[in-house]
Amino acid sequence: MTDAAAVSRPNVSLAQRAWAIRRNALLMGEVQGQGYIGQALGAADLLAVSYFHALTYRPNDPEWEGRDRFYLSIGHYAIALYSALIEAGVLPEGEIPTYGMDDSRMPMSGMAAYTPGMEITGGSLGHGLGIAVGAAMGLKRKGNPAFVYNLMSDGELGEGSTWEAVMSAVQWKLDNLICLVDFNDQQADGKTTDALASGPQAPQWEAFGWHAQEVDGNDLDALVSAFDTARHLKEAKPRVIICRTKMCKGVPFLEEREMAHFVRVEPEEWAKALAILDEGKPV
Amino acid sequence: MTEHFPPHSRRKSKYTPRTVPESKVATSAMIASLDSEGRDTIAAPFGNALIELAKTRDDIVGLSADLSKYTDLHVFANAYPDRFYQMGMAEQVMISAAAGLAREGFTPFATTYAVFASRRAYDFICMAIAEENLPVKICCALPGLTTGYGPSHQATEDLAIMRGMPNLTVLDPCDAIDTMQATKVIADHPGPVYMRLLRGQVPNVLGAYDYQFKLGKAQMIHDGSDVLFIASGFMTMRVLDAAKALAKDGVSCAVLHSPTIKPLDAETITAEAAKGGRLVVTAENHSVTGGLGEAVAATLMRAGVHVPFRQIGLPDEFLDAGALPTLHQQYGLTVDAVCQSVKSWVAQ
Ligand SMILES: Cc1ncc(C[n+]2csc(CCOP(=O)(O)OP(=O)(O)O)c2C)c(N)n1
Ligand SMILES: [Mg+2]
Repeated sequence: MTDAAAVSRPNVSLAQRAWAIRRNALLMGEVQGQGYIGQALGAADLLAVSYFHALTYRPNDPEWEGRDRFYLSIGHYAIALYSALIEAGVLPEGEIPTYGMDDSRMPMSGMAAYTPGMEITGGSLGHGLGIAVGAAMGLKRKGNPAFVYNLMSDGELGEGSTWEAVMSAVQWKLDNLICLVDFNDQQADGKTTDALASGPQAPQWEAFGWHAQEVDGNDLDALVSAFDTARHLKEAKPRVIICRTKMCKGVPFLEEREMAHFVRVEPEEWAKALAILDEGKPV
Repeated sequence: MTEHFPPHSRRKSKYTPRTVPESKVATSAMIASLDSEGRDTIAAPFGNALIELAKTRDDIVGLSADLSKYTDLHVFANAYPDRFYQMGMAEQVMISAAAGLAREGFTPFATTYAVFASRRAYDFICMAIAEENLPVKICCALPGLTTGYGPSHQATEDLAIMRGMPNLTVLDPCDAIDTMQATKVIADHPGPVYMRLLRGQVPNVLGAYDYQFKLGKAQMIHDGSDVLFIASGFMTMRVLDAAKALAKDGVSCAVLHSPTIKPLDAETITAEAAKGGRLVVTAENHSVTGGLGEAVAATLMRAGVHVPFRQIGLPDEFLDAGALPTLHQQYGLTVDAVCQSVKSWVAQ
């Protein structure tokens, strides 16, 4: 569970958290009139489970030594993580209108120097897992029981550096490393399964020596159970949760749109999307 | 962690809360074309030039590391689907595979963003391609400061990196005309080439002049007597505009466009600088370290041409994120900023 002070509204359900993350993301997308909204809506559930079920942290002290580390390898998903950090109380809700603006703490691509709670500078894809390997080694050296989570994308499965890190994590028996793969079957030029990630996913990681789970990344119960398994596993192996997500999840008219790395949203559609989300607010 | 603020950065501490700005300037998306600034534009000059080439040359093939749509290679991919290889987001194997295709007699054009070719794939370009002098053409979007996404996407030192590689020809074309002509010329060049790309709707500036791209040649676009600009990339557009503005203030500026960064046209550059009486000002969309400016300075020193010399370029820093117009102003790449710098230097 989260640190005692972590969550100011302890009776809020994960469904409500995921809803609030989606809402924050839509509000930010509206500010810029663009953004990786499809990714943010798709990843909202796994972020809700990360920040409101699995991670230990202190919202007022993002560099607290005892925290679980959460690495966002995919810098372009920053809008999604900001949305979660706002809901978690790490970032103030009042700064939503600054998203992507000059002088904002929430630039379009996630960078450690700009944002409390943004642990690493992502964006050059294929870095997160390697850095997470080193951090997991470092925590072990210090005797710190915290976990390192690395959130990566299916596109990053194409990078050779990812697989170097995969093998390294096994070599160093990093049972404090949990990798989350947002498998939305989308990358910049098209479907990920048309490119390098066409094969079976979990068996591939297992063959390398990881504990691998594959779940519906928009099913909160499935996610909770996968995170619990990953955290409580006794085997001296790194763990991966491959989360099959749907881009734009939660806003049906966007879900039905032709999928693209940049999902097109017309200026008037932001308000429409927010209204639809509001109607479906979980009680 | 200590927070690090380079001198030109306007970034505040990440622990300083922000207020909502009154005027909103949105960050330019990386998919956006370089602001055309009200000029004529040509769509996808690189991709369309490649299609033209492919009509008569079966050896031309295209590869991209999940960025065909963002490098204009997609128009070639649509026209010649069987000659296009989607390599996935794997820059290193894209480069190695391009090397292999070249060994088998093909002329591969490989595309990604400038940061990923120059930083991630460097060793692969160096050993698989350049050391063997293979005719692979590496064409990369988002050169220098052409996105507000921050250092992960801002290729501020790609020319410096690539200039260090033996055998590699390095190009920084100015506009759509330059890009289209250069694409055809490099296809005929027997060795490896790294070329910076502007994509999308690309301004047509050089079309108004009597200009034809020539590999390895710097060309005088506009002559003048007080200042000699030596520029590449979109900074040639900017200094052409600056030259017009400065003329109104009585400062006469020459613009020597040098799209070939390596091998640099030492002969023309030396001859123009040696005419004397002009302040030499290099202008580049790149760090002041290791790009056109330092290449020109070293060339002049080697030739014993000692002239007053100034550099316009990006600071040797990781740049801020933000809206592109704001950043160009902040880092001195706008026409106004160029004019101001030149006026202050001429007054000295
Ligand atoms: C090393 C690297 N290569 C290329 C890119 C450009 N790029 C940005 S996002 C992206 C797609 C990557 O796939 P994924 O993260 O799965 O995309 P999404 O699901 O967000 O569409 C690419 C190629 C990059 N940021 N880093
Ligand atoms: Mg994806």
